[in-house]
Amino acid sequence: MSDIYVAGTDMIKFGRFPDRNIEDLGAEAALLALKDAGLVIGDIQALYCGNVGEANRSLGQRVLRHVGQTGIPVVNTANACASGATAFREGWIAVKSGLYDLVLCIGIEQMGRGLLGGGASHMGVPTEGVVGSGTMPSMFATLGVEHMRKHGTTFEQFAKVSVKNHHHSIANEKAMYRFDTPLEQVMGEEMISYPLTKLMCSVNVDGAAAAVVCSERKARELGLMNRSVRIRASALQSDPYTPHNLAMMDFNAVTRLAAGAAYEMAGVGPQDIDLVELHDCFATAELLHYENLGLCGEGGAGALIDSGETSLGGRIPVNVSGGLLSKGHPLGATGIANIYEITTHLRGEAAGRQVEGARIGLTHVVGAGSSCAVHILEKV
Amino acid sequence: MADEGRGEVRLLAPFIRLGADDRPYLEGVRCAACGEVLAIEPRRACPRCATVGALEPVRLAERGRLYAYTVVHRSFPGVKVPFVAAVVDLDGGGSIKGNLVGVGFDEISFDMPLNVEFERLQPREGSDERHIRHVFTPGAN
Repeated sequence: MSDIYVAGTDMIKFGRFPDRNIEDLGAEAALLALKDAGLVIGDIQALYCGNVGEANRSLGQRVLRHVGQTGIPVVNTANACASGATAFREGWIAVKSGLYDLVLCIGIEQMGRGLLGGGASHMGVPTEGVVGSGTMPSMFATLGVEHMRKHGTTFEQFAKVSVKNHHHSIANEKAMYRFDTPLEQVMGEEMISYPLTKLMCSVNVDGAAAAVVCSERKARELGLMNRSVRIRASALQSDPYTPHNLAMMDFNAVTRLAAGAAYEMAGVGPQDIDLVELHDCFATAELLHYENLGLCGEGGAGALIDSGETSLGGRIPVNVSGGLLSKGHPLGATGIANIYEITTHLRGEAAGRQVEGARIGLTHVVGAGSSCAVHILEKV
Repeated sequence: MADEGRGEVRLLAPFIRLGADDRPYLEGVRCAACGEVLAIEPRRACPRCATVGALEPVRLAERGRLYAYTVVHRSFPGVKVPFVAAVVDLDGGGSIKGNLVGVGFDEISFDMPLNVEFERLQPREGSDERHIRHVFTPGAN
């Protein structure tokens, strides 16, 4: 079967846009991605729209009212923070199946401020703070403490992730935040849930990103191969049973499943990857995923962040976009924003944050519940 | 646990049961096929091995060891902070989450022995509704 490509992609600058409607955010990203590919909505055969807050209210169709109601099929996907990546993967599956040659995948989210998470509840009774905690920070804090338990990882090592990713985003004009946060500042900020201070939690922002997924035949026919990026692997998994699965949400076993599937499909290993955009929804998560994605050995994540090898210019740069911690995390948009970031590097168009010579890149997102999507992209 | 209230009882976790003597206890399931003990209510198939019809109710231990935790300093409005949210491995199987009480934040250590105790809460002033939760307290080695 022939390969599938990202023929165009873009994202809006992440930020807070309370005066704009969500359809307009999606429309801006959709038109940017179409323009990037030199296409119009009339060229597109199907739309896949990832979103958390409004996926059950025909959001993709509402976006089409802002870019052109061409009557194409729309699939709205909700998969928590993996919603955008799920939309992208559904688009990839559709083109891979041979049913379509050109589809558009969008991720959109408009968010408020404040803590996320269901809180705990049972039988309709809110149990947050009564029977543990269900906030997202507490969940990822507990996973960080589990890593401390297993490998002796320190609060300072987790904090270094925030220092790195905030620094990276200075070179990304589409990031929400663009300032340095020294280690003392990160560690001295308000403690939200130990070992996570406020600067170690991702930023709630509004955002949208889009990607045009294209068959090889069509990319050649339209002369789009020059700037296209090959999709070497698309993997999506749900959390397998683990003994602690019911007491603390799993993002480790599910990531290992998805990463294994993606590496196998692509026929590459972690040593072949030139850059990674991974799901740093909290600083603890980034270190866990170094090991889950095989960027280092078991228990090696603390030493890897200490070494500086995951910074821009290092052996395996991670989250040079600034990541969710500093670029921002508009839930449903994040998965496709990662595709945009990797594609931009593989095209050599990332300017001040360019990973030199990048040939293969990996994107990773997880969604509470849990799911994990991993995509591997390759320069053509 | 003294419990004189007469209102509706709400058990705040799916693994808390109320005995005939009105004393709460922990109940989970054991899979007859794979042997796994889980702190869940009975369901059609085992989440671990997928065997249908093999989950049998089993009493869970009210002792265990601390697996992981976090100290929550910021939560939703109205939630009293700070508190310790803990994950505990019960002796004999099953892992559950809940609040760890009666221990200073700097006295917490991995694998410290803990007891499960039950508390009656009055959700609202003047209500005769009874909420029952479990908490973890430091236990003897």
